[in-house]
Amino acid sequence: MKLFQQLRLGFRSLLLHKLRSALAVLGILIGVTAVIWLVALGEGVSWQAQQQIKDLGATSIIVRSIKPAEESSQNSGGGFRMGIAYGLLRDDYERIVTNIPTIQRAVPMREISREVRYREQAIDGQVIACTPEYFGMNRLSIARGRALSEIDMQTYDNVVVLAHEVAEKLFPIEDPLERSVQIGTEFYVVVGIAAERSAAAAIGGSLDARQYDRDVYIPLSTFRARIGDRVATMRAGSFQSETVELTQVTAVVDDMNQVDATADIIRSLLQRYHKQVDYAVVVPKELLEQAETLRAMFNVLLLLIAGISLLVGGIGIMNIMLATVTERTREIGIRRALGATKGEIVQQFLWETVVLSGTGGLLGVLAGFLCGPTVTAFRAGVQAFFPQVWATLPPNIRNIEPRIAPWSIIAAFAISVGVGIVFGIYPARRAANMDPIEALRHE
Amino acid sequence: MVNVAEGGDVVAAVRDVSKIYSLGGHQVRALDGVSIDFRRGDYVAIMGSSGSGKSTLLNVLGCLDRPTKGQYILAGQDVAAMDDETLSRIRGRYLGFIFQSYNLIQQLSVVENIEVPLSYQYPPMPDGPERCRKLAELVGLAQRLGHRPTELSGGQQQRVAIARALVNNPHVILADEPTGNLDTATSHEIMDLLEALNRAGRTIVMVTHENDIAERARRIVRLRDGKIESISEVRR
Ligand SMILES: Nc1ncnc2c1ncn2[C@@H]1O[C@H](COP(=O)(O)OP(=O)(O)O)[C@@H](O)[C@H]1O
Ligand SMILES: [Mg+2]
Repeated sequence: MKLFQQLRLGFRSLLLHKLRSALAVLGILIGVTAVIWLVALGEGVSWQAQQQIKDLGATSIIVRSIKPAEESSQNSGGGFRMGIAYGLLRDDYERIVTNIPTIQRAVPMREISREVRYREQAIDGQVIACTPEYFGMNRLSIARGRALSEIDMQTYDNVVVLAHEVAEKLFPIEDPLERSVQIGTEFYVVVGIAAERSAAAAIGGSLDARQYDRDVYIPLSTFRARIGDRVATMRAGSFQSETVELTQVTAVVDDMNQVDATADIIRSLLQRYHKQVDYAVVVPKELLEQAETLRAMFNVLLLLIAGISLLVGGIGIMNIMLATVTERTREIGIRRALGATKGEIVQQFLWETVVLSGTGGLLGVLAGFLCGPTVTAFRAGVQAFFPQVWATLPPNIRNIEPRIAPWSIIAAFAISVGVGIVFGIYPARRAANMDPIEALRHE
Repeated sequence: MVNVAEGGDVVAAVRDVSKIYSLGGHQVRALDGVSIDFRRGDYVAIMGSSGSGKSTLLNVLGCLDRPTKGQYILAGQDVAAMDDETLSRIRGRYLGFIFQSYNLIQQLSVVENIEVPLSYQYPPMPDGPERCRKLAELVGLAQRLGHRPTELSGGQQQRVAIARALVNNPHVILADEPTGNLDTATSHEIMDLLEALNRAGRTIVMVTHENDIAERARRIVRLRDGKIESISEVRR
C-alpha cells in the first residue's frame, strides 16, 4: 500500500475512538513539549551564563583577594582582635605589571560595602575604588557626565561616578550631577552616571553573579587617602578590622592562547610572596569551558527527564494499541483471509502507532514554540500577583530567556516517532500472529 | 509437482486430505481422507450435520488452515505444505471469500471495502478503483459507494462482500453459509447473484445446511464424520 493510503487508513482507524486516541496523543505531546521546553530553558540559562563570562573577557585573568580561614590567619590570637591583613598587595600589582611581558595591561581595584547617602535617601552601596581603565575593561559606559580620570587619580579628589540604579534611588527627582553624596563619613561630588549594565558571572568564590547596580566608583588614590587599607566591619556584635590593599587585579593579555601560561606565571609569582593562599586566580576562559561542560551535563539530565516522559507516553500508546488490536481482531482475520501477510498486518498497526505518536510529536513541537511566550506570561504573572516571591527570585531565574534549540525539535519529533515504533511493535506483532480462523470467529 | 492436466480444467483439488486435532490425549479427525476435484465453472454445495467437517474443509480450501495429511492443489501448486506468507499471497491471488456474517470492515466505505484485497496484490492490479466501481454496479450498489457498512441492510452488506470476493478475479469463490444471517427473500436474491456469477464462469464452493439453498448449486457434497458420504449432481 502506498504511504499516503497507509497514513489515511491509520487516521481513519484511530478516529473510531476519538477520546482514547486523543489521550494517547496527549501523552506524547507532553513528552515532546517537555523535551523542547527543558532544552530551551537549559540553553537559555547557559547562554546567559556564557554571556556573563564573556563579559568578563576571554583574554583576561582575574586575581582576587580571599580571606583565609580564621585558624590560619596570623593575627587572630589574643582576646582583643587586632584584625587581620590579607590579600593582594600593591607590590603584587607592580610585580605583575613589570615582570610579565604578555600582560597588555592590568587594572587594580579595591572594593568595600558602605552606606551611600544623599539627604534622606540611603542605600547599601558597593564602593569600587579603581583607576579610569576600570571602566573600559568592564565595558561600563557613561550615560551622563564623565568617567573617572587620571587627574582625579593625581589630585585625590572626592569625586564619584554612580551606577544607574544608585543614581535613580538616591536622586528620584533631582539631577545628581554636581551634588555631593555621603559615603561613610566623607562627601563626594557626583561627576558621572554609568549606563545600565546587566550582571556578570560569579567569580572568585562568591556564588552570586557580579551585579553592577549598587556600585559607586571613586578613584583608587582617593580611597587610599580617605578610607585607607584598614577597614572596620561589624561582625557578630564586635568590630573587626581587615587590612586589604587591593581587592582585585584584572590582567589582560593580547591573545587567548596566552591566558593559561600567563595565569600560571601569576600564580607562581604570587606563591613566592604569599605565605598563605589569600588570593585566587580566576580565568574566565576556564569558566567558559566549565560552563560548557556543565551545559552538556545539564542537557543529558534534561534528556533523561524528557526520555522518561516520552517513555510514559509510549506506554500509553502501547496500552491503547493493545486494546485496539483486541477490538479489531475480526478486522485482522478479514484482512488475513483477503491476502494480508503477517508483515502487512504488522505494517498496518505500526503505521497506526506512528500516526498517533507523530501527531503527538507534531502538536508537541507546536506547543514547544509556545515556550517563550509562556515564560514571558508566567514572569509577568508572578511579577503582578506575587511581587514578594518575585523579589526573592535570583536574577538568573528572573531574566531567563528560553532559547529553542533546533536540534531539540528534530530530536523530540524523531524520538516521538521512534517511541511509536518501539511501543507499537509488540501490539502489531500480536495482531499479526493471531490465527486467522480464530480471528474471523471472534465476536 | 502434480499434473493438473487431468480432467482438463481442474482449478482446485484435494487429494486424501485429513485434518486431525489432538484434544487432551484423544484425536479428532475433522477431515478423514477427503478427495474432491473442483473444475472451472463448478458450483459445489457442501452439506452435513454440525461437526461433520464442513468448516474445516472450507478452511483448508481457503488456505487458512493446512491439512495434517494429503495434498491440496490450487492453480497447479501443492499448497498443503506452504508457509504462512506464501499462503497469504495465494489467498489474495486465487481465492475470494464470502462469510455468513459479511465481515466488512466497519471504518471503511463500500468502495473501500471492495478495494481491500487489491491492497494485498503484488504487483498491484491496474485500474483498481475503476474495477471496484464496476463491481459495485454489478451487485447493485452503484448508489451506495460512500456508505458505511452500518448504513446498509444485511443483504446489501453481503452484496458488498460478494463484490469484494470478485475484485481479485479469483480462481475459486469460497462461501461459508452466505445466506445464514438473511431472511428467505434476501437469501434468494443473494443466491440469484451467485448463480449469475457461476453462469458467467465463476467456480463457487459454498457451505450450507439449507436444502433449498444447496439445490441451487450444480453438485452437493455431503460430509459425515470428516468423510465424504456422497457427491450428487443437482437435477434441474
Ligand atoms: N480448532 C479445533 N480444535 C479442535 N477441534 C476442532 C477444531 N476445529 C474443529 N474441530 C472439530 O472438528 C470437527 C469438525 O468441525 P467443523 O469443521 O467446524 O464442523 P462443521 O463446520 O461441519 O460443523 C468437530 O468435531 C470439531 O469439534
Ligand atoms: Mg461450521
